[in-house]
Amino acid sequence: MRKFSTFFYGMGQGIKNIFRNRVFSLASIATMAACLFLCGVFYAVIANFRSMISKAETRVGITVFFDEGITDEQITEIGEKIKKRAEVSEVILTTAEEAWEQYKKEKLSPELIETFGSDNPLENSASYTIYMNDISMQESLSRFLRDMEGIRKVNNKKDVSESLTGINSVLSVLAISIIIILLGVTIFLIGITISTGVSVRKQEISIMKLIGATNFFIRIPYLVEGILIGLIGAIIPLVILNFSYGAIINALKENFNILLSETEFVNVNEIMKVLIPVLLLLGIGIGFIGSNVTLGRQLKKIEVQ
Amino acid sequence: MRNYDIERALYGDVEPPVIRLDDVCKDYADDVHALKHLNLVVNKGEFVFVIGSSGSGKSTFIKLLLKEIPATSGKIYVMGRDISRLKKNDIARHRRNIGIVFQDFRLLPEMTVFENVAFAMRVVETPMQKIRTEVPKILSIMGLSERLSAYPKELSGGEQQRVALARALVNNPMLLLADEPTGNLDPRNSWEIMRLLDDINKKGTTVIVVTHNKEIVDMMQKRVVHLNRGVLTNDYEKGGYLNAKI
Repeated sequence: MRKFSTFFYGMGQGIKNIFRNRVFSLASIATMAACLFLCGVFYAVIANFRSMISKAETRVGITVFFDEGITDEQITEIGEKIKKRAEVSEVILTTAEEAWEQYKKEKLSPELIETFGSDNPLENSASYTIYMNDISMQESLSRFLRDMEGIRKVNNKKDVSESLTGINSVLSVLAISIIIILLGVTIFLIGITISTGVSVRKQEISIMKLIGATNFFIRIPYLVEGILIGLIGAIIPLVILNFSYGAIINALKENFNILLSETEFVNVNEIMKVLIPVLLLLGIGIGFIGSNVTLGRQLKKIEVQ
Repeated sequence: MRNYDIERALYGDVEPPVIRLDDVCKDYADDVHALKHLNLVVNKGEFVFVIGSSGSGKSTFIKLLLKEIPATSGKIYVMGRDISRLKKNDIARHRRNIGIVFQDFRLLPEMTVFENVAFAMRVVETPMQKIRTEVPKILSIMGLSERLSAYPKELSGGEQQRVALARALVNNPMLLLADEPTGNLDPRNSWEIMRLLDDINKKGTTVIVVTHNKEIVDMMQKRVVHLNRGVLTNDYEKGGYLNAKI
């Protein structure tokens, strides 16, 4: 019961602290909200980039050609083996006839086609086009295919896969670096807010220590203050992101219709499903860490007399 | 062996002294010796004046008892506990046994008289119901029943010190330390505070008063401990300021 009343007392004092120290509290909430908003924006941009890249990745295929004189059964058997690989999403067979038809359509004039008569110069050009769900596995899949019996040639698009994987990594590193810097700034600002709060209440804390308050009792209001600042600082950007994301996507589609007509953006629910727990945890965590670290340092400075 | 086992071995069934200092030294630097080989025993129910000029070690003595600073050497026992062995979390509990009053009152200006006293009970996690009954009682003893809702700035020096005294006593400490409690008060209020301290002592609380007030020490005829440059030079069972020869 005592612990409950101490907890509620700490809650009440923590809320009072925010109002007493309202300028710094507002500054901290605003900075926290700005940082977490930027984190949210980065996440939304990256999630969309990633979604676009993974869609692009699925369009990058490996083509395999078979040995001369291979039978249809053997081709089917090879196809079954390839389909069993986890990184393979789709395997499409192009027969020699389909390849010749496609070639004629794209490259040859009707006059030239007539000269071939019923011959198929691409007789040995039946192939499988293999699409993947993880393009970073392209090299290992190519090795596997080269070692397979009945396969003459493997064409992969190494450059495309490397550049897509590269873009992904750069984006991740960039986003993580910026987020770390922003979080550092936020922790620093919460620290200043708590330091100010402690120095304003220096006399009160000194008396508390004198009359036998435990460290836990002294710390609770400040921890509550830090956590509340973090929580409010997380809720604000979540609300803004939730309502603005759809509007921004619609505006982008309207204004850049030609460029973005084919683009599928990630759904707001998908974005918020990740952002709600992450930003709330970040806000509460930063608030707690920022206030706890600062408190440790500040309370040591306050002597009883 | 735990602390109280040692005390039991030392004192048997006899109650240990409220304060026992064994050869206590406190150095702030190599050449700054605030207390030198201090030996002192204060038993339960005693009223002791600690006197001495500035720099005699009176404040250091109070700080050591509150475990605000550690002794450089020697042992300090408060209510039978060796306080040098207190863990960080036990210091708060140790201080709950000691009431303290200062010359400058140290009341919280934004709190009323009631709230200032209730604050001391809040800090030691007393249930609200008990706070509501105990605070008016102690303030009534201090003659402040009519001033519950007043703020410190609305009170006279004497009233402020009585609030501070109420705050120090509301948790029923075994020991009351008063550091220059009459330093900021006129003679009438000084005597009022001393009368209250004497009453508190008669009810069983051990009282230690650090003071410069010659007249009060002479009139009260209590035990007087004289510190001079960190050394205990005189300890009179019933003495005055004059025979302490400062």
